[in-house]
Amino acid sequence: MVDPRIPLISERLREIRRVIAVSSGKGGVGKSLVASVLALTLAKKGYKVGFFDTDFTSPSSHIILGVSNIQPEEMNGIVPPTVHGLKYMSIIYYAGDRASPLRGAEFSNALIELLAVTVWGELDFLIIDMPPGISDATLDVLRLIKKAEFLVVTTSSRLAFETVRKFIDLLLELNVPVLGVIENMKMTNSDFIRKETEEKGIKFWGEIPFDKNLEESIGDVERLLNIEFGKALERMIGEKIDLN
Amino acid sequence: MHEWALAEAVIKTASQIAEKEGLDNVSEVNIRLGELQQVDIEIFKFALSQLKAPKLEKAQFNIRRDEAKLRCRVCSYEWTFSSVELDEEAREAVHFVPEIAHAFMKCPQCGSPDFEVVSGRGVWIESVKGVKRHG
Repeated sequence: MVDPRIPLISERLREIRRVIAVSSGKGGVGKSLVASVLALTLAKKGYKVGFFDTDFTSPSSHIILGVSNIQPEEMNGIVPPTVHGLKYMSIIYYAGDRASPLRGAEFSNALIELLAVTVWGELDFLIIDMPPGISDATLDVLRLIKKAEFLVVTTSSRLAFETVRKFIDLLLELNVPVLGVIENMKMTNSDFIRKETEEKGIKFWGEIPFDKNLEESIGDVERLLNIEFGKALERMIGEKIDLN
Repeated sequence: MHEWALAEAVIKTASQIAEKEGLDNVSEVNIRLGELQQVDIEIFKFALSQLKAPKLEKAQFNIRRDEAKLRCRVCSYEWTFSSVELDEEAREAVHFVPEIAHAFMKCPQCGSPDFEVVSGRGVWIESVKGVKRHG
């Protein structure tokens, strides 16, 4: 027996030039904020950008983007609505604000379903906000989206980096492109993360200082792009991503 | 899953199977359709008829419904999807992403959302039959 959804996925992703999965081995390091600002900044530069929140059990990008009361359109599949210039897809269209307790196989099924059904069309970038950890989501993205490149987010904490290091090692072992590492919520002068990253032969994108204005900018996209967090990321994107 | 996306998936996959098995003309595609998908069979059949690929022009699409059965992982209680009353919003959500059932349904006996779908999830191509290519 054959699951017909799998062959459809490559067709759905055919017109997408680059897929960037914003991920980390660890939770709470700012993946969703980095993914959101990355997507918004690229859209602002004039690129066609899709944004897919795959954190099905704990989605948060809709809060960051200030999204409410929108639904995708049905046309030979599901066409994501455009939010702040992004084609935005999230489980919240279906689950609302209810908890969605999913085990691993159920997560995989939901991901396959949404990848098979979502009509992205032509995109320069698809940014994926990944759930934390080295489990189903990472393994499924590696299995189903062959062109995915990973952007890894960590904090300065050795505890966070202990897991992030293993995550990077796994990606490198599998010959998956790692675009770089971002050190978020930086509060000290330590160069521990930079050194560790560069020793692995990976680009260190830079540091984002702990930004006291971040929390009150959540939900206000213009403000988010103009505080230090947004500006620091914009500089990194300009310097580190080959946009040609 | 959306009926048109589903039909596109079936046509694409059946064509790939026909190619792999060296079939020139496909006479029959047997499909198992999980009840949890809540697919509108008429729309699905219409979509299949509109999307037909070259080798599938004369193919008959046989669709077999698979009843959705659920089992609680906590207390082992079993029930059917059809026995549960869901409002329109929930039905629509489950139609697009069947796993969302976990956000809307709980075990009728113990109230846990930790249940498994024993049968009736997904769409499967069971077999593709046809005339083999000569030589």
